[in-house]
Amino acid sequence: MAGSRLWLSLLLAAAFAGPATALWPWPQYIQTSDWHYTISPHSFQFKYHVRSAAQSGCSVLDEAFQRYRDLLFGSESWQRAALTGEQQTLEKQSLVILVVTPGCEQLPSLESVENYTLTINNEQCFLLSETVWGALRGLETFSQLVWRSPEGTFFINKTEIEDFPRFPHRGLLLDTSRHYLPLPTILDTLDAMAYNKFNVFHWHLVDDPSFPYESFAFPELTRKGSYNPATHIYTAQDVKEVIEYARLRGIRVLAEFDTPGHTLSWGQGVSGLLTPCYSGSQPSGTFGPVNPILNSTYEFMNTFFLEVSSVFPDFYLHLGGDEVDFACWKSNPDVQAFMKKKGFGNDFKQLESFYIQTLLDIVSAYGKGYVVWQEVFDNKVKVRPDTIIQVWREEVPVSYMKELALITEAGFRALLSAPWYLNRISYGPDWEDFYRVDPLSFEGSPEQKALVIGGEACMWGEYVDSTNLVPRLWPRAGAVAERLWSNKVVTDPDFAFKRLAHFRCELLRRGVQAQPLSVGYCEQEFEQI
Amino acid sequence: MPVWITITGLIIGSYWGLLMSHLGVWGTLQIPMPGSYSPKTLILKVWTSVFSKSFLGDSNVQFGMRASSSGVGNIWPAGHQRPSKLFGLALPRHYRYHNYIFGDHLLYHLPAKFHVKADIQQLLVSVVRDSECEMYPSVSSDESYSLVVKEPVALLKANRVWGVLRGLETFSQLIYQDAYGTFTVNESTISDSPRFPHRGILIDTARHFLSVKTILRTLDAMAFNKFNVLHWHIVDDQSFPYQSTTFPELSNKGSYSLSHVYTPNEVREVIEYARLRGIRVIPEFDSPGHTQSWGKGQEGLLTPCYRSYQPEVSGPINPTLNTTYSFLYKLFKEISWVFPDQFIHLGGDEVEYDCWESNPNIQTFMKQKGFGTDFSKLESFYIQKLLNIISTLKKGSIVWQEVFDNNAKLQSGTVVQVWKEQNYAKELSSITAAGFPVIISAPWYLDRISYGQDWRLYYAVEPLNFSGTQEQKQLVIGGEACLWGEYVDATNLSPRLWPRASAIGERLWSRQDVRSLDDAYRRLTVHRCRMVRRGIAAEPLFTGYCDNVLK
Repeated sequence: MAGSRLWLSLLLAAAFAGPATALWPWPQYIQTSDWHYTISPHSFQFKYHVRSAAQSGCSVLDEAFQRYRDLLFGSESWQRAALTGEQQTLEKQSLVILVVTPGCEQLPSLESVENYTLTINNEQCFLLSETVWGALRGLETFSQLVWRSPEGTFFINKTEIEDFPRFPHRGLLLDTSRHYLPLPTILDTLDAMAYNKFNVFHWHLVDDPSFPYESFAFPELTRKGSYNPATHIYTAQDVKEVIEYARLRGIRVLAEFDTPGHTLSWGQGVSGLLTPCYSGSQPSGTFGPVNPILNSTYEFMNTFFLEVSSVFPDFYLHLGGDEVDFACWKSNPDVQAFMKKKGFGNDFKQLESFYIQTLLDIVSAYGKGYVVWQEVFDNKVKVRPDTIIQVWREEVPVSYMKELALITEAGFRALLSAPWYLNRISYGPDWEDFYRVDPLSFEGSPEQKALVIGGEACMWGEYVDSTNLVPRLWPRAGAVAERLWSNKVVTDPDFAFKRLAHFRCELLRRGVQAQPLSVGYCEQEFEQI
Repeated sequence: MPVWITITGLIIGSYWGLLMSHLGVWGTLQIPMPGSYSPKTLILKVWTSVFSKSFLGDSNVQFGMRASSSGVGNIWPAGHQRPSKLFGLALPRHYRYHNYIFGDHLLYHLPAKFHVKADIQQLLVSVVRDSECEMYPSVSSDESYSLVVKEPVALLKANRVWGVLRGLETFSQLIYQDAYGTFTVNESTISDSPRFPHRGILIDTARHFLSVKTILRTLDAMAFNKFNVLHWHIVDDQSFPYQSTTFPELSNKGSYSLSHVYTPNEVREVIEYARLRGIRVIPEFDSPGHTQSWGKGQEGLLTPCYRSYQPEVSGPINPTLNTTYSFLYKLFKEISWVFPDQFIHLGGDEVEYDCWESNPNIQTFMKQKGFGTDFSKLESFYIQKLLNIISTLKKGSIVWQEVFDNNAKLQSGTVVQVWKEQNYAKELSSITAAGFPVIISAPWYLDRISYGQDWRLYYAVEPLNFSGTQEQKQLVIGGEACLWGEYVDATNLSPRLWPRASAIGERLWSRQDVRSLDDAYRRLTVHRCRMVRRGIAAEPLFTGYCDNVLK
């Protein structure tokens, strides 16, 4: 491990902190100098190396070249810069890309290799990566290395970068049930995620308040369960668009259909799915979680998840399983009878487990893997060994670090979200708290630590919709992005502050409505339309 | 003055307020009506052609002029006879209330309506007294109005144009679209006036620059909430964006960049835009602290701080030099004619004494004046000289509470603004006991955010809940929601301000007994969607949705 080398370069970079070292997230290894080259917007090109496995026609990279050209140079017509000054600057006319493994039409996965090396010196301007996904990360880094002088000339410093993510799962959760988020809002978020090297969009599609996912097997779900079946839904076309837009940015779409709790909106369109709650000996007219005692429930789930499994191509589905309220089950005499028959006694966790296990069998049969919230583990549901457990509770039943230790000790893979609930706001620079977290600072063996595959920043939607989503997300989520990408030794808050403040101005320049970290200004401020 | 809303003659409640009534909100049907409500309520259809060409834009002020000459203005002569194209997309954008009410829908629902029997064909506006049309609003402006919505003509009556503006906002909020898309208004009678005359929003353009566009958008939203004061904290330590004609170096050197300034034209634009909405612009030039940015363009203004007798950095304004006061006179003379409002905010908060203490010349001055080591006396010395300058310029002063706390001798009529949260009720008692008018901000610092529905806390505040006589209570002229700029710029200003500030808007406008949180929640939910529909990125109160999603 090149620990000492990295430290050295980090300090060097921090020392002169010029425009060329304002990268976010910080790369694993970087060497850079004051020596720089000009870039002419007229002649500059992204080029495939002749030996690259990806060539012109590779949608992922062709489109990325176009995006980054626009991001770098915009659509202005550039004056050819007259070069004055003492330093003789060489011009870089192209970035040459070499991808080793073919795979342009595939989807990114948990196993995708995102490594890349970027070499900008007198001889070369070269991006080498194992996969197209790595090339995307390298292009983002390249775009952050290019800077403009006050006179408008573009430059890039002599730089050598070797980079790869610390964790393979770097996610952002959006909740489209508490508030509907229009499609453009989701797509814009995917762009901003790519700028931050996030690679998983955890789409919490449906929940108690609304069911915006339009199912072709059960169209009544959205007809009755959405806020407005004409405007507040995601059609099959919308979902496809999100998945493809994400793929082109190297982002996986992890769809969550949370059950058996958080399902009130499901009940509107599928009668008999939810448990009728009783008050005394009479049904109270209200409904609780999915009814786990009926065959019809599992028939429904069978069909529904068959659809979901084919609509969402990622290997993993998120099945939820959090916060199941037992009160309604307890009140229902049929559920009580079922409990007795099954010998569950009064332990409703066993009933929950019964439900979840049946559901997991269904989903496994479709060849999918799954992610579940920590309760499924806490309630000792028997799950397949390759299940991923997502930790979201900060203190209860145990601190989240302890929870990570327990989950990995049991041999399961874990995802961390507990300290990264971005919907919870407070006064001041709370990004520092997100930044300070180290996901591996729990007691456990190296094997256990290797089971932590990453984490997610969560933006739950109780108080968030398209009016405030973007400034609430960015640049706060950036802190999580760097924690999940960069080396564990990259922790200095001052170094982070300088780069993140610079990066938020870069986000503004790119049209992302990222809020300020502290007092100050950006050359190009946000202007509402 | 009693204020009533009646529906078809039945008094159903007494709501003052920006969110005026149970009746007019979208989704009226879901709201349980009081027992005395008559189910026979006549629902009137509103023609999209209610407003005439000469009305409801920035031109409504002109209209007010004409109205004043005749006593009653028939704002709109057209009805059936008017060709519908007049109200199509060709309608000039500046007909702002027309757009607020009918928005994009005009083209869709126009034709079918003409046969409906109960129609509102006109809104008649009557300005009873001299309209004050070309004037600026002031703390004593009369904002009262009465509104009678009845077939076939709705009548809006007010003493001044300012009341007309408030009434128009109310009228616009009474109209809703029924399930078939027909614009509908319930027959109603409203008589309304504000509880407090000073209802302000503070914006801070020094910690972060806010573009003129952002400020104008904020003024729009303020009018939707019947706020009437923009407290413009225009400069501070971090930057000096106000472009002074007398001292151009102040912004040349003290602004973040040359594009982060307010030119005289832009300041005029803000003031006029505000005036057209019945909003006063009170500039704050905070001194002697909070002035680091002033020092960049005005040499010798700030106090040199000494560490072992070497001046290193600068502190507050140097109160010992004559040059300071001649500078202040010239600057505030300019300010007094650039900003037409009767009041200027002089700041006076958070003065740190360390630097003054370190400076030998100041120490000498203190000795000379017999101040001992009490630097609050030096501060008061400075402030009193500044207050005298302002009164020479025939302006009134507003100061932060420290000026009062430090026993500066204040001229009567100086307004004191309370911002420190601890024991603010006690502070209100002392200030009013001393006979000074007071503005409350302490419980309403909107820049301090937290998770959840903090608007409920702002709403629950009762400004007159302090011990004091009737006369003392009358000295509370209002309050301000403050959105300080450390963490706020154009990216997040709107959702951070709205609808949280709306809670304060109602607290300052509506009667003391309008305080039901459930009722407020219902109405505020509707109002936030209304703001979103009008282009303000007002954030949600809680889970749910609006019919119109912000683009």
